[in-house]
Amino acid sequence: MPEKVLMKGNEAIAEAAIRSGCRHYFGYPITPQTEIAAYMAKRMPKLEDGCFLQAESEIAAINMVIGASAAGKRAMTSSSSPGIALKSEGLSYLAGCDLPAVVVNIQRGGPGLGGIQPSQADYFQATKGGGHGDYHMAVLAPSGVQEMFDLTCLAFDIADRYRITSMVLSDGILGQMMEPVTFPEEETLNNAVPVEKSWALTGTHGLRPPNIVNSLLMDPLELERSVVERFARYGEIAARETRWEEMLTDDADIVIAAYGATARIAANALQAARAQGIKVGLLRPITLWPFPKAPLLELAQRAKAFVCVELSMGQMAEDVELAIRCQKPVLRCTRTGGVVPSPDEVLAKILEAAKG
Amino acid sequence: MPIVFEKPQGLTNAPMHYCPGCTHGIVHRLAAQALDDLNLTGQAVGVAPVGCAVFAYNYFNCDMIQAAHGRAPAVATGLKRANPETIVFTYQGDGDLAAIGTAETVQSACRGENITIIFINNAIYGMTGGQMAPTTLPGQITQTSPYGRDVTKTGMPIKVCELLATLEAPAYIERVSVDSVKNVRAAQKAITKAFQYQAQGKGFSLIEVVSTCPTNWGMTPVQALAWLREHMLDYYKLGVYRDRYAGEVAA
Repeated sequence: MPEKVLMKGNEAIAEAAIRSGCRHYFGYPITPQTEIAAYMAKRMPKLEDGCFLQAESEIAAINMVIGASAAGKRAMTSSSSPGIALKSEGLSYLAGCDLPAVVVNIQRGGPGLGGIQPSQADYFQATKGGGHGDYHMAVLAPSGVQEMFDLTCLAFDIADRYRITSMVLSDGILGQMMEPVTFPEEETLNNAVPVEKSWALTGTHGLRPPNIVNSLLMDPLELERSVVERFARYGEIAARETRWEEMLTDDADIVIAAYGATARIAANALQAARAQGIKVGLLRPITLWPFPKAPLLELAQRAKAFVCVELSMGQMAEDVELAIRCQKPVLRCTRTGGVVPSPDEVLAKILEAAKG
Repeated sequence: MPIVFEKPQGLTNAPMHYCPGCTHGIVHRLAAQALDDLNLTGQAVGVAPVGCAVFAYNYFNCDMIQAAHGRAPAVATGLKRANPETIVFTYQGDGDLAAIGTAETVQSACRGENITIIFINNAIYGMTGGQMAPTTLPGQITQTSPYGRDVTKTGMPIKVCELLATLEAPAYIERVSVDSVKNVRAAQKAITKAFQYQAQGKGFSLIEVVSTCPTNWGMTPVQALAWLREHMLDYYKLGVYRDRYAGEVAA
C-alpha cells in the first residue's frame, strides 16, 4: 500500500525533495515558505549525508546551492518573492554554469516587501529570466498538495537531465493548505537511475584533467556559442517536458487559462457556467516554462474567447496572447496584492466573454 | 642533469595574464606548492573570485569553480558540505572579500566552515582599473578617490584579520606578505598550515596576503614593494591573529 498522509503544501515539497535524493538544503526564513526550512531542519540531520544549513542571506543560500550542485549533489533552496529577487544573481550563474538545482518560490504579494498573502505576480520573473542574461528555468506550477509533491520530484529529474534550474512556482495558498498526499513507491521515483555527473567537482585524484565550472567566456563568439547550445537544450525541454491539463475543452467556446491555486477557483466557476449552459473549458499550464503554446493555439481555432485568471495584473495573459497569436480576445480576471478572486468574480468574467 | 627547481604539479602550464610585478603569481604558486607538499592537489577544489584572479581556474591544476563577486565563501560552503573529503579553498581579493562579500566572509568564519580562504590585500580594485577598496589606505589616491582616500567620508580601511579574530569559531587567521624572500617563505608556511588544518578537520582558516598592484598604484614593481613595506605593513601588521591549535605538534 502506498503511504498516504495529510500535510501542508510546503511540507510536501520538502518531503518530495528528500525522497528524490536531495540531501543538501540551504534556506533563509521568509513567510509564507518557512515550513520548508523547518521540515528540512528536522529531517536532514537524521539522514545520512543530510545537510540543512540556515544561510546568512538568500544570496548566500543560492550560492551554497551552487557549491553543492557543482559538487555533484542534488541541492535545493526555497524562498518567497522578495527572497527570490535576491537569489536572481545566483539563478543566472546556475544557468551560465549549466548546473542543476531546484528552487522553490512560494509567492507573496509585491512589489517591494509587498505583503504575505498569496500571489502569482512573479510569473514574469520566473519565466522571463529574473537574473541577467539569456537563459530560462524550467518552471513547474502545482495546483494542489499532491502536485507540490509530484512536481518537486519531477523538478529534480528535469534539473539533472538537462542541467537546468527547475523552479517550483507556487503561492501562499498552496504552501499553507493541507491535503492528503500519496507517496509513490520508492522504486517508481525516477531518481532510482541517477544521472551521471562527470562534470562534478569531486577532486581529480590525479586520474583526470581538472573539471572547471565557469560562466565567464571572454570571447564573444565562444559566449554566443555556449548560449546557442543552451537554447538548443531548451528546445529539447520544450519538445519533451511541456505539461498541461485540459478540462471540458472539447466543445468550449470560452477557454479559461489559469495555473496553480487560481486554476482551482476557475474550475469552480467553470462548473457554475456550465450549469448555465455556457460552453466553457479550462486549460491549466503545469509547466509555465516551457509554456503550452501548441494546445492553446489549437483551442484558439475553435474558441471564441479566452479568460486568464491570475493573481497578478495579467502576466501569463501576455503569453496566452502570444501563444494564440492574438487571434481571439483574451480577457483578464485578475486580482493582485494578495487578494484572491471568488468563483463568482471568475463567473462574471466568463459571462462577459460569452456575450462577446 | 639533476632537477633543482620545479613548478608545482598544482599549477597548469597556462601562461598567467597578470601584469609585470603583480604578486598574484607568487601566491598562486604558494597555494599550489602547499597542496602538493601535503599531497592534497587531487582532492582540492578551488573557488575563483571576481577580480584579477578570476582566471585562477585556468592556473590551478585542480577542480575549479568561478563564483559571483563576493560569494566564494558561500559556494565553498556548499562544495565542502556536499563533499567533506575534498579540500576547498577560495582565492579572493579585497573588494570581493571585504566589500561586496563581507557577509559571506564573516558568516563562513563564524560558522567555522572547514575551508581555507586566501585573501589578497593590495588596497585597490585591480581588474576594473584601480578604484578605492575597503582596504585602501588613508590618503591613498585611486580612480575613485582622486584626492586621496578621505577617511572622514569613507571611514578607515578594514583590518580583516583583526575583525575575524573576534569570532570564536575560526581555527587559524594569519596575515603575511610576499614583499621579500623571508616573507614569501613565511607565507608559504602559513598557507601550508591552513590547508593542513582543513585536512585535519580543524575548521576555518584565512590567510591574508599583503600584496602589490604596481599597474594601478602607478609604480614600478620595485617601487610598489617599497611602498608596501613603507605604508601597508604599518597599518596591516603581519602576524598570527588566531590559532586555536597553537602549540599542538604539527602532524
